[in-house]
Amino acid sequence: MSERTLEIDHVSKRFGDITALDSVSFDVRPGELFGFVGSNGAGKTTTMRIVLGVLAADSGEVRYDGEPVDHETRTRMGYMPEERGLYPKMKVLDQLVYLAQLHGLPANEAHRSAEDWIGRLGLAERRGDEVQKLSLGNQQRVQLAAALVHDPEVLVLDEPFSGLDPIAVDVMSQVLREKAATGVPVVFSSHQLDLVERLCDRVGIIRSGQLVGYGSVADLTANAAPRITVVAPRAPRGWASALPGIRVLADQPEGTVVELGPGVDDQIVLAAALATGPVHEFARHRPSLTELFRNAVTEGSEA
Amino acid sequence: MTAGKRSVSPAKAVRLVATRELNARLRTRGFLIGTAAILVVMIGYLLLQANVFDRADRTKIGLAGQAAAISEPLRAGAQQVGIDIETVKVPDADTGRTEVADGTLDVLVTGSPSNLHALAKSTVDQQTEALLNAISRQEVLDAKLIESGQVPGEVMREVNSARVEVSTLETADPDEGQRIAVALVMLFLLYMSITTYGSLVAQGIVEEKASRVVEILLSTVRPWHLLLGKVIGLGIVGLVQLLILGGVGLLVATATGVLTIAGVATSTLLWGLLWYVLGFFLYATIFAASGSLVSRQEDTQTVLTPVTIILLVGFIAGFTVVQQPDGTAAVVLSLIPLLSPILMTSRIATGAAGPWEIAAALVLTLAAIAALTWLGGKVYRAAILRTGSRIKLADALRN
Repeated sequence: MSERTLEIDHVSKRFGDITALDSVSFDVRPGELFGFVGSNGAGKTTTMRIVLGVLAADSGEVRYDGEPVDHETRTRMGYMPEERGLYPKMKVLDQLVYLAQLHGLPANEAHRSAEDWIGRLGLAERRGDEVQKLSLGNQQRVQLAAALVHDPEVLVLDEPFSGLDPIAVDVMSQVLREKAATGVPVVFSSHQLDLVERLCDRVGIIRSGQLVGYGSVADLTANAAPRITVVAPRAPRGWASALPGIRVLADQPEGTVVELGPGVDDQIVLAAALATGPVHEFARHRPSLTELFRNAVTEGSEA
Repeated sequence: MTAGKRSVSPAKAVRLVATRELNARLRTRGFLIGTAAILVVMIGYLLLQANVFDRADRTKIGLAGQAAAISEPLRAGAQQVGIDIETVKVPDADTGRTEVADGTLDVLVTGSPSNLHALAKSTVDQQTEALLNAISRQEVLDAKLIESGQVPGEVMREVNSARVEVSTLETADPDEGQRIAVALVMLFLLYMSITTYGSLVAQGIVEEKASRVVEILLSTVRPWHLLLGKVIGLGIVGLVQLLILGGVGLLVATATGVLTIAGVATSTLLWGLLWYVLGFFLYATIFAASGSLVSRQEDTQTVLTPVTIILLVGFIAGFTVVQQPDGTAAVVLSLIPLLSPILMTSRIATGAAGPWEIAAALVLTLAAIAALTWLGGKVYRAAILRTGSRIKLADALRN
C-alpha cells in the first residue's frame, strides 16, 4: 500500500454478545477526505476509537504508512471524539498548549501552534476564557483546534459537523480541505450526507458492523441502479408495477419514481407511460448518496 | 508537515500531566485562600495559647481590711505550689463584693488572718482555698506557739525541714504536654492533607470522565501515565501546603514561646512529611479507583465515603494513641498499613515509637502501597472509559 495511507484491515470487535465490528476493512489515502457514514450504532465510533487506540480490537490491524499503528504513531494523529471533551475550567490557550505538548510538541512550538489555530478559528478574543464560559459553537471550534494543534499527520473526526451553524460548517469544511491538501489522510463520520457527498473523495457505508458500500461517491452512484422519474398525470395507480425488471420506489399523482434492474431498457417505461396518456416529464438520474445510504440501510432491515 | 518522528516519553507524559495539576491547583485562588485561612486559625490559636490562656490561669485575689496583711505569705505560698496569683488591696468589703460580681476579682478575702473569709462568684478553686487555709492555720499556730513560750520561726524551720523523700522509677518528661500537642497537630494535619488531596485526585478523575476529555487524553497518553501524573501533581500540591502550614506553625509557636521543644517539633514535622508522602500514595490510588467508577460529579461522594471513613477512623483512633502512645492498642493500630501514615508520626512525636516499630510500619506501608497501586491501577484502566451509570467494583476488576 502507498505511503502515508491509513489502513483499517479486517478489524473486528465484540461487546459481550453484540458484534460491533465484523471484519471491517478500508483505507484512507494521503490527501483524501474520506466520509464514514452509517446509522447510529452501526460501528463508526467504535472504528474510530480503535484507530486511536482508545479501544482495543479483538482482531485485525490498523496500519499507517505500512506499519501497525502504535502509541508513538497515535501521538501524531488528530482526534475529535464524538463525545466532545475539554477541561471545563481550563483556559482556551492553556488547554491547547497542554494538548499540543502531550502530543509531543516542544513548549515554544506548542504555544505558537495554539495561538495560530486560535487566530484561524476566530477565537482570539476568547483565548483567556475558561472553556465552560464559551458558547457551544465556540467550544466546537476549540475542539477542532484541539484535534489540529499538534499538526497531525492523520485526522480522525467523529461527527465534526454535528451541532455546527452553517458558517461554522463552512469553516470546518475549509479547514478539512486545507488539511487534506497538505497530504493528510482525513476520515470523518457524519449524518449530513449531502455534505459528505460534496466534500468527500470516497466514502464508506457501514451497517451493523459491516462495510456495505465503499468507494468514490461517483463510483458508488454509477454502479447503483439508475432511476427514472415519470410525470404522467392520467396514469392510474400501479401502472408501472407490472413492468418486467422495474422496481417502483414511489407512486404518487405528482410523479412516479422507478428503479431499473440491470440491463433493462428505459424505453419500455416510457412506452408504458405514454400508453396511459400524456407524459410531462421523463427524467433519468443517478441516486444521490442519501438515497444510496437509505437503500443500504433498509436492505439490511428487510433482509 | 512536521519533520520526522516525535514522541512523548513516559517520563515526559507523566511530568506534563503533573505540571498541569500543579498549575491548576497551586495557582488558584482556592488554594491560596484555603492555606491562608488554616494559617490564620492556627496562628490565632497559638497566640491565644501564648497570651490569653496564660492570663486565664491567673487568679486575682482582692484583700480588704486586715486581710491585706496576708498578701506576702499568699504570694510566697502560691509560688511554692506553682499557681499564679495576683493580689490587690481593696478599700473596703463592699467595693470588693461588687468587683467579684462584675468579674474584676476572682476572690475577695476579708477578716483577720486567723479568721479569713473568702468570697467568690461561684467557687473558689481548691488550691487557693488550701492556701488560704494554710495561712489561717499558720496564724493560729504561731499564736499558740508564742502562748506556750516557743519561737514560731525556729519551730517552723524544724517542721518544714521534715519532708517526704520522693524517688521515681522513670524520669518524668517535662515536655510531655508539648509533645502531645505536637502529636495532635500532626495527627490533624496528616488526616486533613491526605483526605483533602486524596479526594481531589478522585474529583479530578471524575471531572475528566464527566467532561469526556479523557478520551482525547487517552488517544495520546497511556492510562497509567495519566494516573501517575495526576497523583504526583496533587501530591506535590498537598506537600507544599503541609510544608507551609507545618513550617509557619513551627516558627510562630517557637517565636511566641508556646513551643520550647523546637528540635522534637522539627523532627516530627519531617517525619510527618515522609508519612504524608507514603499515606498520600497509599490512598491516592484507592481514591482514583473509586473516582473512576462514576461518571458524574454528583456520584463522587457516594464512592468516596468508604475511603474517607477509614481515614476518619484513623483520625479518631489517633486521640487514644496520643494519650497512651506506648499502649498495646497504639502499637497495633499504628502498624496497620492503612492507619500507619496517620498514627505513626504522633507516636514518634511522643517518643513512644521504637526504631523497629517505625521500620516495620514503613515496610508494611510500602508493601501496601505496591499492592493497592497495582489493584487501583487495574480498576482505573478498566473503568476510566466506561461512562454512564456507576460501575460495580467487581465488574471493573474482572476486565
